[in-house]
Amino acid sequence: MSESRLSVSRRHFLQAVVAGSLVSLAGPWSRALAAGDKLTVGFIYVGPRDDYGYNQAHAEAAAQIRKLPGITALEEENVAETVAVQKTMESMIELDGAQLIFPTSFGYFDPHVLKVAAKYPGVRFAHCGGLWREGVHPKNTGSFFGYIDEGQYLNGVAAGHASKTRKLGFVAAKPIPQVLRNINAFTMGARSVDPSITTRVIFTGDWAMPVKEAEAANSLVDQGADVLTCHVDSPKVVVETAARRGAMVCGYHADQSALAPQAYLTGAQWNWVTPYTTLVQAAMSGAPMPNFIRGGLREGYIKTSPYGPALSAAGQAAVSATKEKMLAGALTIFKGPLADNKGRTVIAAGVELAQTDVALEAMDWLVEGVQG
Amino acid sequence: MSADVDLWAVPLAVFAGAIRAGSPFLFVSLGECLTERGGRINLGLEGALVMGAMSAYGGAVLSGSPWLGLLAAIVAGGLLGLLHGLICSLPRVNDIAVGIGLMLLGIGLAFFLGKPFIQPRAPGLPAFELGAWSSNPLVREALRINVLFPLGLAACALMHLALTRTRWGLALRCVGDSQDTARALGLPILRLRLSATALGGALAGIGGASLSLFYPGSWNEGLSSGQGLMAVALVVFARWQPWRCLYAALLFGGAGALGPALQAAGVTGAYHLFNAAPYVLTLALMAFASERTGAPGELRLSR
Repeated sequence: MSESRLSVSRRHFLQAVVAGSLVSLAGPWSRALAAGDKLTVGFIYVGPRDDYGYNQAHAEAAAQIRKLPGITALEEENVAETVAVQKTMESMIELDGAQLIFPTSFGYFDPHVLKVAAKYPGVRFAHCGGLWREGVHPKNTGSFFGYIDEGQYLNGVAAGHASKTRKLGFVAAKPIPQVLRNINAFTMGARSVDPSITTRVIFTGDWAMPVKEAEAANSLVDQGADVLTCHVDSPKVVVETAARRGAMVCGYHADQSALAPQAYLTGAQWNWVTPYTTLVQAAMSGAPMPNFIRGGLREGYIKTSPYGPALSAAGQAAVSATKEKMLAGALTIFKGPLADNKGRTVIAAGVELAQTDVALEAMDWLVEGVQG
Repeated sequence: MSADVDLWAVPLAVFAGAIRAGSPFLFVSLGECLTERGGRINLGLEGALVMGAMSAYGGAVLSGSPWLGLLAAIVAGGLLGLLHGLICSLPRVNDIAVGIGLMLLGIGLAFFLGKPFIQPRAPGLPAFELGAWSSNPLVREALRINVLFPLGLAACALMHLALTRTRWGLALRCVGDSQDTARALGLPILRLRLSATALGGALAGIGGASLSLFYPGSWNEGLSSGQGLMAVALVVFARWQPWRCLYAALLFGGAGALGPALQAAGVTGAYHLFNAAPYVLTLALMAFASERTGAPGELRLSR
């Protein structure tokens, strides 16, 4: 992959870029439609694809897409959110003939994907995140994302049943809406089991800070938290540290049960193969690109890890029952009356915010019961 | 802030953090101290640290023994240090530029070679359970001292003795203070510097092993996040004295633990500020230590 690309000289690359631009000028849709029953798909990851976390979740889905008939899959990992991703995308298009690209990291979209998408109107760019807007962004780009807070709610229910100290711990990277939403859902899941439960949150400040994550996990256990979960790029350090200290853990992003088989309760995992398949099928049939797609447990965008032995039979039954309600569409996580941890009412009584509600994508509060 | 603040756990966490997170700082700053005493600055120790972390983890995964991993880290770090010494001995080569080059080389090589080791789990280095007498799990955890820390203390003492009490140390200091004097005395400048930079690299490699095999005890590409560079700055603060390197490393390890410990205890107000503590400390210390008392003479910028 990247090795073979290195062997192409700059001159050949430039020639290919010029030729490619001419082709796309000649007929913007010719490349996409010429595909027929064959499609070359490119996956770009910001970190290593075996990180037990965010990138692994994408790579696992990409491995399934690769098996579909007619699909040629390209992958490149450790691509920084800089002009490097533009180069990767261009070489995937020019040298390997990619017609659909999945730039999977949030920071790839603006300006990198937008720039390359303007240059190659016949190629589709499906970005993982949440930024595509009608009328603002080109039609050959789009974004997909999952409501993983549903998985964190289920984690919370499991934690609520497993915790003896009634204190939970959450190692978070940055206080952005998506992270706060996960912390809140986790806490509310646990408090649906026992309203006396509290969650302590530690923000490490960045997505990958192994030493600080280990310190955070240790500090949370020191303060009596006996179930930990996290929202960082690679939960490996948090899971291993918590298990070593005798605490239980709920996973995130991917399945980490292999790291702590005895301490693992369950986990919130992405199931990217669902949106990937939707987008691949649209590209193969020549249908217009789905520009903005979202889904949760019910739509198959997320899934949960198998239960670990530390979760009692009663706990497993409770999580399964809650999951059934979610699958039936009978459970709204964010509904009023709901107070934040400063006593302010954030959702008024009688108001139910559906998962699709944009108000949830601008969350700036922590729910009652969270210390952080 | 919340009602039930458990602040009593904070000093304990800072103490534990000082030792477990301070160990890599200790080894890298000792390595840099030795290198600089010979009159060279090796910024490439960050590369040696990352390469050491990767080699230690990879070696432990492949051999099943953390000790062989540690050995691999020492060799890898030592080789990078030796390379720095060799390149810098060529005429008109700037040691700082070579250091930056070696830092990038070490990091890049470690990422490339370390790819297959991100997923597997390596056996970790053992620890001394000095807190076994206590029934309090916090005390037990805080007194769980990794085997490398006593090794660091020993390295500190040895280096202090070597620099002040041995012929080799005196010669090295002479080379570091004035190359011309050393030449006039007929000292083997190249050999002394090569041994100092190679040993320095090896020490930084041990620091890497402490990251990947003890705390946090896993290999991935964000493991070091610049700790090697901060350790280089620590040497200035430590005024090129091994024992002061120890204090500086403990101070930094503890400062890094302060943010998470306070947040866990419920003090959540200014966590950005507490998380920045090690960096603020670096700046403050550099400002206070700026008169460079005790700096080897050959470290002056105009050469």
